[in-house]
Amino acid sequence: MADTKSTDAFVEFERVQKSYDGENLVVKDLNLSMPKGEFLTMLGPSGSGKTTCLMMLAGFETATHGDIRLSGTSINNIPPHKRGIGMVFQNYALFPHMTVAENLSFPLEVRKIGKSEREEKIMRTLGMVQMEDFAGRRPAQLSGGQQQRIALARALVFEPELVLMDEPLGALDKQLRETLQFEITRLAHDLGITVVYVTHDQTEALTMSDRVAVFDDGRIQQLAPPDQLYESPENSFVAQFIGENNTLDGVVKEIKGGVAMVQLDSGELIQAKPINVTKAGERTRVSIRPERVEFDKSRMQDGAFTLKAEVLEFIYMGDIFRTRLRVAGRDDFIVKTRNAPDQIRLTPGTQIEIGWLPEDCRALDA
Amino acid sequence: MSDAPTAQTASSSAAEARIADAAYTGPMLAADGTPLKKSLNRALRLQKMRALALIAPLLIFVLVTFIAPIADMLFRSVENEIVSETLPRTTTLLANWDAKGTEIPDEAVFEALYDDMFYAIEAKEHTKLGGRLNYELTGMASLFRKSGRKVEDMGEVYQDQFEGLDAFWKTGENWNSFMGSDEWLASMAGWTKADGRQPKFKLREGMADVLPATTATYLKYAAFTQNEDQKNLYTTDPWAIVYSSLHKDLTGENALADYAGPAAEQLKAGAAAATSFETVNFSEAFLDIDKKWHDLDVWTTIKAYSPKLTSGYFLNAIDMQKSVDGAEMRPENQQIYGILFYRTMKMSVIITLSCIMLGYPVAWILANLPARQANLLLILVLLPFWTSLLVRTSAWKVLLQDQGVINDTLVWLGIVATDDRLALINNQTGTIIAMTHILLPFMILPLYSVMQTIQPTYLRAAKSLGATNWTAFWRVYFPQSVPGIGAGSILVFILAIGYYITPAIVGGTEGTFISNRIAYHISSSLNWGLGAALGAILLAAVMLLYYAYDKIVGIDNVKLG
Ligand SMILES: Nc1ncnc2c1ncn2[C@@H]1O[C@H](COP(=O)(O)OP(=O)(O)OP(=O)(O)O)[C@@H](O)[C@H]1O
Ligand SMILES: [Mg+2]
Repeated sequence: MADTKSTDAFVEFERVQKSYDGENLVVKDLNLSMPKGEFLTMLGPSGSGKTTCLMMLAGFETATHGDIRLSGTSINNIPPHKRGIGMVFQNYALFPHMTVAENLSFPLEVRKIGKSEREEKIMRTLGMVQMEDFAGRRPAQLSGGQQQRIALARALVFEPELVLMDEPLGALDKQLRETLQFEITRLAHDLGITVVYVTHDQTEALTMSDRVAVFDDGRIQQLAPPDQLYESPENSFVAQFIGENNTLDGVVKEIKGGVAMVQLDSGELIQAKPINVTKAGERTRVSIRPERVEFDKSRMQDGAFTLKAEVLEFIYMGDIFRTRLRVAGRDDFIVKTRNAPDQIRLTPGTQIEIGWLPEDCRALDA
Repeated sequence: MSDAPTAQTASSSAAEARIADAAYTGPMLAADGTPLKKSLNRALRLQKMRALALIAPLLIFVLVTFIAPIADMLFRSVENEIVSETLPRTTTLLANWDAKGTEIPDEAVFEALYDDMFYAIEAKEHTKLGGRLNYELTGMASLFRKSGRKVEDMGEVYQDQFEGLDAFWKTGENWNSFMGSDEWLASMAGWTKADGRQPKFKLREGMADVLPATTATYLKYAAFTQNEDQKNLYTTDPWAIVYSSLHKDLTGENALADYAGPAAEQLKAGAAAATSFETVNFSEAFLDIDKKWHDLDVWTTIKAYSPKLTSGYFLNAIDMQKSVDGAEMRPENQQIYGILFYRTMKMSVIITLSCIMLGYPVAWILANLPARQANLLLILVLLPFWTSLLVRTSAWKVLLQDQGVINDTLVWLGIVATDDRLALINNQTGTIIAMTHILLPFMILPLYSVMQTIQPTYLRAAKSLGATNWTAFWRVYFPQSVPGIGAGSILVFILAIGYYITPAIVGGTEGTFISNRIAYHISSSLNWGLGAALGAILLAAVMLLYYAYDKIVGIDNVKLG
């Protein structure tokens, strides 16, 4: 997606490092470039440095090393209030002593915008988040979801080009979160703003973003559109972190014609797509998505490598069936099948054979 | 309900139906059919009673040790029973006396005064009364004290004449022989202290009709002698006033003609002689003791303070005094309390403001430091509490005096000239400096606890919205810290207006507070009524300010932590 848009970057991180204590690098060598109008999500486990990156961009933390650029100009020495970046905080940070309208009026007042224009903008922005009726309320008189909408409106009311959101939906229940996810993406696209969004909820990241940056250990592990991230994870951390995943450890026997032969530690031989293995003899971890596993011989490729498996548990989940198998000495191998009329329901104790397309089985770093 | 088979089941389940039936508009009913409100109230009342029983010991403790003394103290500011209790007859007669005229009261009032004073002197109450009246008119204390012995002697004119007439009148035994009942006389015969309680005096029947004034006086004398003096009434000789009463009876209305009891003969002889006795003019007699007794001022004061409740203390506390025309301002040179109240308020406001100015940055730093350093700093803030107030205040004396550390340093630095040292102590400056220092923790602590709850993200949010550091502070941080300022200010202000040790030490005459005056009246001049009135005014002022604060800022906006 990113490559289809204009190539000149709007937000750029170049070789950015950050250390709080002078001993540990919280952010190690961050390189990131975002075009205008992109919705980018930073996704990663707790403590991986997402908030730190956001704070450096907003100006509340200074980069220990490297350059952060906005529209091509370095902002390292620009104080936060001059950056013109909208921000939505996890705990909303609505000013408790001001009404909703006053909260929204605040960024306009500090920009010395006239009263009538202010009021017009406030009402328009409140309209965007469907909160016109709440202008006179105090934040304490609003529900969590309503507060979140106001926080969003406040970050948008002064029409910033870049909006940062740090786990804005973290404190809300699932249903409300889904509604607001949809609204945030809709608003972002309608207004054409660039959004950097932080979350550790992978579903949220996948559904909302143009691109997702998976963070771990202060580095971006993979930066890709959601589908690519899910289907072609570039290393075992990403594969493991995004979605459910079956892994099997083994050694590369040979790589030939874009297919790697991998001998599992339990002795079986399988085919896999080499991603970050280059030569025979390397240790590898192969990863297969549970929904790409087949046990119906008729739907498998001819000559496909198969593995023996024993059904351990069958879980009925409504829309899907989840079956736990013992495969190659491991008993946490999961198969997901759609609940279709002709679908087979496996009974525990049955011996079956499973297989998959070689391109669905990715040989990653061990 | 429509399908209810019989009327009986219909009525028995009516209550249930009402609970369930949404269309039913009458009072809600509980499961047993009583109105819901009533059963709720019953349940709540039980809960309340139990809660009350739990706190009862504490409540009683607080009432007894805290509320009651304050109430008693406040009551003293209007209480004035001493005048009418000590001089009951005089004050009654004075009610008809024209205080606005130029005439001093007539002989009847002086005679009543003699009566009242006589008993007061026996009970040693007259000096207390003099002390009380002295608050209103200087010289009253000495007047009453001086009159003591001499009033006792006034009635001796009659005593001497009766005793001269007949030696019978000389002894208590003879008096008792006709004043006491036969029964009592029998029980007194041979009684000694060793026998225990002295039999209570009983009047001879009919005596009250025969000699009314004498009887009244004699009863008082008997009661006093038996109870207060603990003397053997039978052998004690009566007071001089008994003789003057007897003279009054014998020369005035009496029923002696039909009297045939004991001493009838002596009484009749006395009656014959009494008409030609030398009499006492009490008005003149009092004038002889002290010519002040013929001063109008003395009498207007006694009359003005005759009622059991008085506004006198309060008038006094606001620089007014009672006069014949009601209340009036005191002369200019005697007005002190107005000035003191004004000064107390003004300086307390200045102290509170100084505490805000100094305390706010400290609290800010405390709230924004890492916990460990903040705790250390907090100990430094609290450190002054661990030293005695007197030590701290005296330390300010060392620092602030003319030859003190601060002046010496300034002179050494060449900022002030040696002969032009700053007057930092024994004036208002001294009080303000020392009290600001002493009360500062009371400002810092509530401020700190409020600031701790203000999350730093608010400031970040404000800055991200385009506010400069100052705007973010002023528009976002400061308003949220106002409850802390409010709490701190109330604490500091209320403590300040009641302070008296520090102003007394470093304030000189210029820098003392109303509380110093209250302390003076409570412990030195012993004019508790005035002290209580001043205290009550102070209390009212505090409550008024508190009320105003509640109206303007809202008391629920005050956070102490
Ligand atoms: N002010 C600070 N001082 C010192 N270390 C900090 C500070 N803020 C964050 N860190 C450390 O930096 C690392 C990254 O923190 P960061 O807040 O960026 O994580 P995150 O990815 O946002 O995590 P989460 O998902 O839990 O919010 C963590 O190990 C954290 O302990
Ligand atoms: Mg974070």
